[in-house]
Amino acid sequence: MLLSEATPSGFFNLVPWIVFAPLIGLLVNLVIGKRVGERGIGIIASTASGLAFVVSLLMVFSLQGNHHEAVTVTLADWITIGDFHLPWEFRVDTLSVTMMLVVSGVGTLIHIYAAGYMHYDVRYKGDPKSYNRFFIYLNLFIAAMMILISGNSYLMLFVGWEGVGLCSFLLIGFWFTKNPDATEGTGNSYAAKKAFVANRVGDFGFLIAMFLTFWQFHSLSFDEVFKATGHYNGPEWVIWAIAGFMLLGVTGKSAQIPLYVWLPDAMAGPTPVSALIHAATMVTAGVYLITRSSPIFNAVEGVHTLVALVGAGTAFFAATIAVGQYDIKKVLAYSTVSQLGFMVAAVGMGAYVAGMFHLVTHAFFKALLFLGSGSVILAVERGHHPLEDDHDHQEDHGHGHGHDHEDDHHGEHFDPQDMRNMGGLRHKIPVTFWTYMMGTLALAGIPFFAGFWSKDEILVDALHFEGSKLIYPLLVAAAFLTAFYMGRQVWMVFFGEARHHAAEEAKESPKAMTYPLIALAFLSIFGGFMNWPFEGGHQFGHWLGYTIETALGHKLHVPEFEPMVALFATALAFLAILISWALYGHMPLKAGQIDPLQKSLKFVFTGMHHKWYIDEIYDFLVLRPYQRLAKFLAETLDWTFWHDWFHNKVIRDNFRRLTHFLANPVDLGLIDGIANGLAKVAQESAGVLSVLQTGFIRNYALSVFMGVIVILGYLIFQ
Amino acid sequence: MVPVSYYVALSAVLFTIGVVGVLTRRNAIIIFMSIELMLNSANLLFVAFSRILFDLGGQIFVFFVMTVAAAEVAVGLALIVIVFRTKKSINIDEVSSLKG
Repeated sequence: MLLSEATPSGFFNLVPWIVFAPLIGLLVNLVIGKRVGERGIGIIASTASGLAFVVSLLMVFSLQGNHHEAVTVTLADWITIGDFHLPWEFRVDTLSVTMMLVVSGVGTLIHIYAAGYMHYDVRYKGDPKSYNRFFIYLNLFIAAMMILISGNSYLMLFVGWEGVGLCSFLLIGFWFTKNPDATEGTGNSYAAKKAFVANRVGDFGFLIAMFLTFWQFHSLSFDEVFKATGHYNGPEWVIWAIAGFMLLGVTGKSAQIPLYVWLPDAMAGPTPVSALIHAATMVTAGVYLITRSSPIFNAVEGVHTLVALVGAGTAFFAATIAVGQYDIKKVLAYSTVSQLGFMVAAVGMGAYVAGMFHLVTHAFFKALLFLGSGSVILAVERGHHPLEDDHDHQEDHGHGHGHDHEDDHHGEHFDPQDMRNMGGLRHKIPVTFWTYMMGTLALAGIPFFAGFWSKDEILVDALHFEGSKLIYPLLVAAAFLTAFYMGRQVWMVFFGEARHHAAEEAKESPKAMTYPLIALAFLSIFGGFMNWPFEGGHQFGHWLGYTIETALGHKLHVPEFEPMVALFATALAFLAILISWALYGHMPLKAGQIDPLQKSLKFVFTGMHHKWYIDEIYDFLVLRPYQRLAKFLAETLDWTFWHDWFHNKVIRDNFRRLTHFLANPVDLGLIDGIANGLAKVAQESAGVLSVLQTGFIRNYALSVFMGVIVILGYLIFQ
Repeated sequence: MVPVSYYVALSAVLFTIGVVGVLTRRNAIIIFMSIELMLNSANLLFVAFSRILFDLGGQIFVFFVMTVAAAEVAVGLALIVIVFRTKKSINIDEVSSLKG
């Protein structure tokens, strides 16, 4: 390529713009956002994100001209303590550039989508002024995520890690005065808090891992740590501890067992947030971390099995929960947890390319599915309650009914996200429908769509994994359930008859929303070909593999395409879709009808619907004792003991006794006594001596005479 | 020659009489007379020793003493006159306003 040959190292120096473009975007919106209006805000934010994408593309070309060698661009000196140097460096290698492309590329599409979506959302939530705040937070997120993936040391990565955690909190709780079902309350704030606290537990793990790393290797910089792990001959337990605690951090950020509980609650945030943060980018930070730390995870035998088991277990577990959900976003949330399990299992097994490949394709189709679900929700909401200035994109045959029904439904509560209120939407919102189908087929692993290639690679690796024989069955079962619940969702939402008048009146979304959907649909269909597993393919594998091989010091095993595995997985996927059609498509659900699985699986389905009561178990095992402990510490220990007894009785009362003692007996008694006593003595002696002053001159003369005699006597007789 | 010791004895006796007079008499004028007596006894002593030691300094000093005595009497008598005008008596026992 001409561009790559013409690129000197000059283009590498542009890499700080991936962070600064979004930051400048958010500052501009902060200052002049109110003046430029919604259109201006959307354009500024999307341009900032797009600029980051352009710079990422330049990085691709620069790297290709540099034979995929990593390049470090130092921006500023950050920490310098003695020998310890930690500058703010940007690491440009194929792994970080891959993440950069995903974050900025999908991020920009989501910005454009959100410009359209939030126009309606802020009006449905009753606060049009929040439009600006949303895009400021979104740009902040892009900046923080870029810091995370471009850092050249664990500490820089952690800065970004915390930053995306913050943005996640801000955006989940964007409507912080409301509950997830849009009624007034604190539910959204609670969800945001839950996300932050769960992430905090993970951060604790990550911090301990960093401390151990620094303790063992005396450095946090990637190059130095990985060089030391290459020829590691220290104690084994240190590596186990580092890997284990880092895994805890990953389970927090990437929503694995046991810390995944925040992600379904995070659906309280607006849909673009769910798409960007909780599907495509932030939650993949954990997978990125493990891939980046491949030398550490490779240093000791057995760590692989632990990570792979966590991932595969989560994949299966979350998939079972997704089957029992009625909320369209919750299905996708648990699907995300499940797919992240696939990725974690892959990188856990050492199949870094497969895991990252699935990360990229998943970003495409999961973002597409979330944005599509947002489009569906918006369509249904607009069908239920059109806004005054609503511009219809299709003929509104129920116009007369719409206004009549409004009065009826103000009393009853309507959840636009409940799939039981939908049905038959494929005629009403065609663009959304077709793009959603593309996303579904990709996620279900239908051949030639993007998800098929990446999932297949992971399954092949799982089959040959020596650490544990459980991985492959778990992942295959999860894949089967994935196809099933996606099928269930599609039949329930788009096919059959509308189960609620809102679904009858549903309107297609504006172009700002449908165009990104179409773009992502293309990527979901054709994106898989970047890692075509046959001869002449593996582009992505070569691209990404270079960095990982450099870090590990040995060549990565490239899995062959195994037709049997692919065939079996495909057959299972089709079988799952067939079963879901038999249950939901063949005889579509009518309004108010119970889910067929509830009737057949009974308590199993109830368990799936109630997320296997994990939140309740956590509440009982962890939260209640913690709150009891906090209450005890606050009320008994701090207030009653410390404040009431120790401070008030012991210190304050004794101090008072001391001061009273010093004031009364000592000051008044003793010192005043001395002063008064002296005066009395003087007075009395004066009284005594005044007897001498008789006033008689003769007495005075006598005393003079006596004095003379004394002196004379002394002089004479001395 | 009269021995010096006679003069000294006489002087001492005169001085003693003067002291007793000052200490015991109530009349202010008598007290002044006694004071004069004391002064004159000192004068006698001065003259006597001046004669013995052949030094005129003693006799010159007598002049000074006499002058001082005279002045003092003048002032003292003036005071007595004023006191008499107020108290109609020169009994010094009655002049005890400074009693304290």
